[in-house]
Amino acid sequence: MKKILALVLALAMVLSLGAIAFADGDLITVGVINNDPNESGYRTANDAAMRAMFCEENGYDATFYNNNDAAQQIATAQQMIQDEVDYLLLSPASTTGWDTVLQDAQAAGTQVILFDRMLEADESMYVAAVVSDMPAEGETAVTWLADQGLDEYNIIHIQGHMGSDAQVGRTGALDAKVEAEDNWNYVTQQTADWNEETARTIVQSVIDSGDSFNVIYAENNGMARGAVAALDANGITHGKDGDVIVIGFDSDVWAMQAVLDGEWNYMGLCNPMQADKVDQIIKDLEAGTQPAEKVIYSDEPGFDCETITEEDVATYGTGVQEEAPAEEAPADDAAAEEAAE
Amino acid sequence: MSAETKTPVKKERRSAGEVLKRMTRHQLFIPVAALVLLVLFNLIADPSFFAVSLKQNSLGNPVLSGNIISVLDNASELVLLAIGMTLVTASSGGQDISVGAAMAIAGSVIIRLVCGGQVSVDTMQTSLILAVLAGILVSMIFGAFNGVLVAYFKIQPMVATLILFTAGRSIAAWINNNQLPIVNDQVFKYAGTFIPGIPVPTPVFITIFVIVLFWLALRFTNLGLYTQSVGINANASRLNGLDPKMIKLLTYVILGACVAVAGFIRVSRSGSINYSRIAENIEMDAILAVALGGNALGGGKFNIYGSILGAYVIQFLTTTLYKYNVPSTALPAYKAVVIILLVVLSAPVVREKMSHIGKSSKRAKEVA
Repeated sequence: MKKILALVLALAMVLSLGAIAFADGDLITVGVINNDPNESGYRTANDAAMRAMFCEENGYDATFYNNNDAAQQIATAQQMIQDEVDYLLLSPASTTGWDTVLQDAQAAGTQVILFDRMLEADESMYVAAVVSDMPAEGETAVTWLADQGLDEYNIIHIQGHMGSDAQVGRTGALDAKVEAEDNWNYVTQQTADWNEETARTIVQSVIDSGDSFNVIYAENNGMARGAVAALDANGITHGKDGDVIVIGFDSDVWAMQAVLDGEWNYMGLCNPMQADKVDQIIKDLEAGTQPAEKVIYSDEPGFDCETITEEDVATYGTGVQEEAPAEEAPADDAAAEEAAE
Repeated sequence: MSAETKTPVKKERRSAGEVLKRMTRHQLFIPVAALVLLVLFNLIADPSFFAVSLKQNSLGNPVLSGNIISVLDNASELVLLAIGMTLVTASSGGQDISVGAAMAIAGSVIIRLVCGGQVSVDTMQTSLILAVLAGILVSMIFGAFNGVLVAYFKIQPMVATLILFTAGRSIAAWINNNQLPIVNDQVFKYAGTFIPGIPVPTPVFITIFVIVLFWLALRFTNLGLYTQSVGINANASRLNGLDPKMIKLLTYVILGACVAVAGFIRVSRSGSINYSRIAENIEMDAILAVALGGNALGGGKFNIYGSILGAYVIQFLTTTLYKYNVPSTALPAYKAVVIILLVVLSAPVVREKMSHIGKSSKRAKEVA
């Protein structure tokens, strides 16, 4: 009996070894750690693009993991390093706390490529970073706002998830300006945690208090949308020729449409399409070429309601045209869950 | 009862005990006291907090606006959840932590039907009533799923509902093909904002309607009595001819219906849905409302009006904190301190201790 058992076990082992060798093939194994695709339209587009790029047809054996909690992301990253993935693609939910993961990756020979968001670490700890320059996005928006030449800037500042790269970058530029200029004031500065409904409540509470304001600086489009709902409910005009300037960020096509229609004044683009560039870097590395630049920033202009064109909306807007990749997503979810286990 | 004959020392002790006893006797003491405190604080700090003004919204309709209106409006979802949560707590001695995720599912179903699978619609593709009914039905089915796990498989409510808490938002995203659809039809937004010509936010009416519905149900049916008796002692209720499993299941299904209505209000406010952010952490506020209402979280006797009041207290507190511009990072801390105080005061252990003091002083009097 024991012999039979041993035989069966041995056979199983051989088979599984064969399976691993077979599965490996020529595929490059990558572990993709991203934020929750349902967080925002930006993230939906970003996640869909990554999933569409890193598939078997393109030569990748990819496992995906989505979570907005940095601690969960870190745990999964460590699991993926133990599973000896060739590349770890990372969009960190928070900018800090990644030291151990990066050290483990280096020790295990796993190459780390950051996409979409930065983290705080020495440049030597990762191969490349294809990211949005969040401070620059904030800077562009604040410069644009300053160019509007208002006598006084009374700002409702609605922040994103505290500590995230996007929040830190977009807040930094505005904080600096408000600090420096006498006629720039915060009416309120609150986090809505990327939540549209919370943003609406915050703006409603300012209106209820009777404080006057003329700028809404929301750190993503969803929150700007919530803020506008509160303005509409109180009959406060906004956008082109309106009393209140509305600023949003990201890339949602409906938000760009709102800017085009003059309902909003400005949207700072945050380009969610890094998958192509990441793919190119990996292909280069496989061929033995190191990326020329360590940190590659996406081209991210801001769109003004005076100058935006239909073409801009078609080129940069995300959300509606994503039909095909979105449908592939459910199949990949199973893989993501496996990775999570 | 002739206090005059007692010695002064005893009289003082008794009256203190009496006060404590009265405090604990009145289940609504805690939420009412909290509300009064908040109102007083705002009256003293800035009476303009209570100002209400009539404005015109951007569609040219008259609307009422002010902090009080905002509290009544924004508390709506929480009140609905608190009602259902009270019944679930009373019957099963545990809480449903999946209500936020279930709201996402209900909202997603409604949006999916209204959009007919498109990403952005200007006119609704399905009749709104049909979509809402479907949302309620689906939500009741998910409620029944929780209920079956709790009642028939005897799984701890918090563990049983953890399943949907974890999976619910993914299910909601899957219902809409992982898209984030937008409804631009103004009629869809009536339930979450204003009906043209009526200056009071619609959620307030919906909430009042549901409260009246539950008042009638508790007044004219045995729902309250049965729920309570199952919660106090399921075995004794069974021996008296009740079916405790069925009643537990029923409370979860009722909560499911409440959740769907809350979910509808929430998606109707903006005409869109964000699966991972909609009603985030609302389950904690809902449980808190039940606790604040003086209900034992271990089940049994309950007072639905206490929970309703508790929900308004929570919203009042949130609005007050916003009004005083509490820094965003510190806001949860302020809320936590106030909440800890209130919850400790309304905790059954503390209440028991208090009533014990009352009783022992009474006993001392009887002995004397």
